[in-house]
Amino acid sequence: MSALLSLENLTVEYAVGGRSLFAVSDVSLHVDRGETLGLVGESGCGKSTLGRAVLQLRRPTGGKVVFDGTELTGLGAEKMRLMRRRLQLIFQDPIASLNPRRRIGDIIAEPLIIVGVTDKAERDRRVREVMTAVGLDPDVAMGRLPHEFSGGQCQRICIARALILEPELVICDEPVSALDVSIRAQILNLLEEMKRRYGLTLLFIAHDLAVVKAVSDRIAVMYLGKLCEIAPTERLFAQPAHPYTALLLDAIPVPDPTVRPATNLAVGEPPSPLDPPSGCRFRTRCPRADRQCAAEVPPLREVAAGQFAACHHPLTGPA
Amino acid sequence: MSAPLLSIEGVSVELPTPRGLLRAVDRVDLTLEAGRTLGVVGESGCGKTMLSRAILQLLPKRAKLDGRVMFGGRDLAGLSREALRRLRGPELAVVFQDPMTSLNPVLTIGTQIVETLQVHLGMSGIAATKRGAELLAAVGIPAPEQRLRQYPSQLSGGMRQRVAIAIALSCEPKLLIADEPTTALDVTVQAQILDLLAREQQRRHMAMILITHDLGVVAGRTDEVAVMYAGRVVERAPTPRLFAHMRMPYTEALLAAIPRLDSAPHTPLPAIGGRPPDPTRPLPGCSFAPRCRYVEDDCRAAKPPLADPERAGSLYACWHPR
Repeated sequence: MSALLSLENLTVEYAVGGRSLFAVSDVSLHVDRGETLGLVGESGCGKSTLGRAVLQLRRPTGGKVVFDGTELTGLGAEKMRLMRRRLQLIFQDPIASLNPRRRIGDIIAEPLIIVGVTDKAERDRRVREVMTAVGLDPDVAMGRLPHEFSGGQCQRICIARALILEPELVICDEPVSALDVSIRAQILNLLEEMKRRYGLTLLFIAHDLAVVKAVSDRIAVMYLGKLCEIAPTERLFAQPAHPYTALLLDAIPVPDPTVRPATNLAVGEPPSPLDPPSGCRFRTRCPRADRQCAAEVPPLREVAAGQFAACHHPLTGPA
Repeated sequence: MSAPLLSIEGVSVELPTPRGLLRAVDRVDLTLEAGRTLGVVGESGCGKTMLSRAILQLLPKRAKLDGRVMFGGRDLAGLSREALRRLRGPELAVVFQDPMTSLNPVLTIGTQIVETLQVHLGMSGIAATKRGAELLAAVGIPAPEQRLRQYPSQLSGGMRQRVAIAIALSCEPKLLIADEPTTALDVTVQAQILDLLAREQQRRHMAMILITHDLGVVAGRTDEVAVMYAGRVVERAPTPRLFAHMRMPYTEALLAAIPRLDSAPHTPLPAIGGRPPDPTRPLPGCSFAPRCRYVEDDCRAAKPPLADPERAGSLYACWHPR
């Protein structure tokens, strides 16, 4: 497989009160064509900023974003605009992502107008096709306004709008976290189905590891702007290498009363990203931290086939 | 057996809306003994928050409450505002989802804790400040004396929720209602806050109602679970029993729809089709019937009562239980 998207030493800085906040700090990873890469981490870890930086909605301050051989980081506004039809984004809040005054049919057709499909009948045909694909009845829904739909239906509309240009890469930023459990499963299944049908590559950003596991081929874990670990999904869950990944796994509440909730999890909360710890950023909460962790930033190293961790004392080593 | 601490008898809450009368809570009965934890689980709009507001007597002004909320032998609906004010704090306390909505942003943490202790327990300022620092330490806040001088905006979400818990616990309530206390928090912080609530509850022999949308949260941390759907309790059982044998198809479907950590990637999830019914247009039969995979004709005709036909301590509202 070849990489459709690759990030090389990607860095995104924000200026906050005269200081710089490294929302994304020196992250390198790639997403193969046809693959779903899950990206997890807690709030403030930089996962959403990373998604935006891929689309150049937030210009990176360092490093490269390469999409299908083209470096997006240096692209001019017009070329980037043309490129965007190949890359789409789905947001967390489906209701806020839709213009409340426009009809559903027009919202979904808008990308076609932007790329210059002038034939109304052709637009209509494609809108109907994509609406049917995401489980909306075009005859009922096209003429309605967003407020007439529930959150789950609005997310279907957002997915239809993202897919109408038949993009290659779709970045899903917490696409189900605003939805109820029963609706969440519908949307996750829909994303899987759409991936097969349209041959999509997905970057799936979420804080919920169980949700990410359900859809991802590989998972990348971020903490305070840094990539901690990246591994094939099954491997990451079976044998996490980074202590932060292990903490995240232990913290998931399991819907089974015979499983005792983990107690004495790593104490404290993530430190301020404005003032990250020296060396390994997780060391202030890590049970394995020592002097080396404070002195040196751990590089991302392969600890097993396809499993990379940025840790001086990984939980698993090469077999 | 002595009378339960809390007994909710036939409680309904109706709200007028432009689309008609909305029955948010529909004839709910629940009891809770001192020192026990009841989990109330359901999706948005199922009435779980309105039920907690009914217990706290904090319903919106235009809401109409029917039934009785008996707490420590008194019907809370019959109490005056002043009597309720004296009750909230020393008897009944609440922790909300977003601590910023319960903390005053322009007062220091210290002022807010000290005020509670002075008003409800009649403590002096100095004693209350000392007690406030102890409370913050008890909920796991480092350097409590310094934190007392800080404003809510200077704390992280997890720390704010700890402060809200410290204030709720400050007057040693007999019942704590925690309404989605960890939904706004990160997963590693969520585990810490749930541990904290469980620890303090045991130490103080306090009863707790834990309201959540997450079956995972109630599984390891409650004695009993009530599942709500469309304003009604549709299943209620001791927690181990509920998870071992779910009777109501909605509970079963809700659990099945959660992505499991032990299933392989790309396993299709058994989703529940459709969505909950319009609460302003109640159905004559079972509210879950339109989405239920086991539905039969009689389900649409009459509402199944919440009952325990096998007398096994497991109540469910279903004509065709699993």
